[in-house]
Amino acid sequence: MFKDKKNLFNLSLLGIFIWLLISSYNSSKRKPETVGELFKDFSWLSDWPKWLDLPLMPWINKMFKALNENYGFIFEAINNVLLAMLMGLKNFLVQAPWPLVIIGVVILAYFASGKKIKTTVSVGFCTFFIGFLHPRFWDKAIETTSIMIISIFLCMVIGVPIGIWMSRANKVREKILPILDLMQTIPAFVYLIPGIMLFGLGAVPAIIATFIYAVPPLVRLTDLGIRLVDTEVTEAADAFGASKKQKLWGVQIPLALPNIMQGVNQCTMMALSMVVIASMIGTRGLGDEVLLGLQQLNVGRAAEAGIAIVLLAIVLDRITQSYGETLQERNSPAKKVKE
Amino acid sequence: MSKIEIKNIYKIFGNKPQSIMPMVKNGGTKDDILEQTGHTIGLDNVSLNIEEGETFVCMGLSGSGKSTLIRHINRLIDPTEGEIHIDGTNIMNCTSDQLIDWRRNRISMVFQRFGLFPHKTVMQNVGYGLEMQGKSENNRDKIAMEKIDAVGLNGFENQFPNQLSGGMQQRVGLARALATNSDIMLMDEAFSALDPLIRSDMQKQLIDLQSELKKTIIFITHDLDESLRLGDHIGILNAGKLVQVGTPIDIIMKPADDYVKAFVKDVNRARVIKAKIIMKNSNEVNGIDKSNLVKVQEDQFIEEFLPQIVCSSANCEVVDKSGNVKGYITNKELQETLTKS
Repeated sequence: MFKDKKNLFNLSLLGIFIWLLISSYNSSKRKPETVGELFKDFSWLSDWPKWLDLPLMPWINKMFKALNENYGFIFEAINNVLLAMLMGLKNFLVQAPWPLVIIGVVILAYFASGKKIKTTVSVGFCTFFIGFLHPRFWDKAIETTSIMIISIFLCMVIGVPIGIWMSRANKVREKILPILDLMQTIPAFVYLIPGIMLFGLGAVPAIIATFIYAVPPLVRLTDLGIRLVDTEVTEAADAFGASKKQKLWGVQIPLALPNIMQGVNQCTMMALSMVVIASMIGTRGLGDEVLLGLQQLNVGRAAEAGIAIVLLAIVLDRITQSYGETLQERNSPAKKVKE
Repeated sequence: MSKIEIKNIYKIFGNKPQSIMPMVKNGGTKDDILEQTGHTIGLDNVSLNIEEGETFVCMGLSGSGKSTLIRHINRLIDPTEGEIHIDGTNIMNCTSDQLIDWRRNRISMVFQRFGLFPHKTVMQNVGYGLEMQGKSENNRDKIAMEKIDAVGLNGFENQFPNQLSGGMQQRVGLARALATNSDIMLMDEAFSALDPLIRSDMQKQLIDLQSELKKTIIFITHDLDESLRLGDHIGILNAGKLVQVGTPIDIIMKPADDYVKAFVKDVNRARVIKAKIIMKNSNEVNGIDKSNLVKVQEDQFIEEFLPQIVCSSANCEVVDKSGNVKGYITNKELQETLTKS
């Protein structure tokens, strides 16, 4: 029975292929006048014939147009929600006095790193230097960070549950893995532009693009983290009568947390690199400083902005990374805690 | 009715276990089936009865299916075919809620590599089963503390498992299993990861605890000495088949086949056989030289009184606790027992 199913699947694939061939032939403008000509004149075998052209471009364009016309309100709603969140966060941080923001970051770093003074101090200095490099960078860095925070929030809200779902069912995993591969390999510009079409220029398509670019490592590491939890430990939870929910929240997630945090860290780093690329579609932030520097061939300006981005990366990396490390120290089953 | 009755359990690992059941039932061997179908036989028609309050030891080499068997009793693994009855209830018919209830209240388990929760303290680990039972935190901590005391770990209750040595971690595992007050305890190679001294220590602790608690314990091991020391009955598994079930003495004196023979070959019989096992009842004996007798308690191991007899070439008079004569042991019995077959 298994074999029959597989054959059926292969046959249907073949059917789709033939249908694609025929429909692309029919829709082509440069096809020969009759099909019969193909069997008399074999010159089409030497160069790729003009009529052998899958009309994917018009299909996608048509689909997008229809999407925009019929379901535009959905995208507008998403746009409004994200924009409102972003603006709220950004305005709050921009209006707050800058020393307070630095102190806030330092406090966050202090507790996230498990009260390590070294990490805390270096994070504080990095934050200070962003504004110190150029006063204009302070607000821009806040804008960039706000976009990132919203994207990472989206990644976590959507990515972690998908990762958990994947870890529970192999079938789901098989289906989602290729989608993740696709998201990671497809060039960012390919989905930046449809993003503009659906959401307009500005921050929201940047958030969506950042989400697409940054979510795969988080999903993968969540899945991996839960799968890597010692089978004997999950068995123990089962043996003492934990329900699925109790097992997930009480055992699997806490033990997978170092890996999930690593995923958040990866997600952050990728989001930052995406935010720079997104400046090309008019997203404001540190990225557009780099872009301006490049356009004016002003090496100094581009370098200054580049350094500011690196500093921002260090700050975000230290905070997310050290949180994961603090968790890991406690959870490692084999190694003894150093005295 | 026995406490646990395992009836004709088959377990086959692979994609389509049902499809090869006929092959297994027609006596296909493990190797053939693996080669032809890619399925592995875990258990092949195993039936067992385990009595209330006894320690049943299940023994076999690695890959013989003993860990698979023990996981059937709390259904961490479901059989391909067969039934498991506990107190007369067929647990194969349980709904998942009932099953969770069984696991919370009736069956607890100790794991080979401890299976402790690394993110919880010793106290929280021991209290885990109670947490699942829905007990309040105060109540939980009180019971957990009692059990931590019982296994001799007081003072460590706020440590994390990775701060403890292997032996201590397994005590935590044992305390966790005791805390739920279940009547059945499954121990999956519980002491195999420990070094010999600590292992024998833990065995003693288990025997002491068991003499008070009288739980039904199913203990898995690959170590014959351990099984002889702990087991009231021993079942020996080979390649998923149960080859022999019996008391420790049955296993040593009457091994069912070559596999069991190989197992018991190197056992130190003097250490595991008690005087009452080999003695001749006093009414069966005649013509024994009673001029030179050594008094021996019926529960003494041969090892303990052997040196005395070797020196004096005396016969033994076996007595029970109140001093009544139960029987005699002559050199002939000793020789028969201690000669390896």
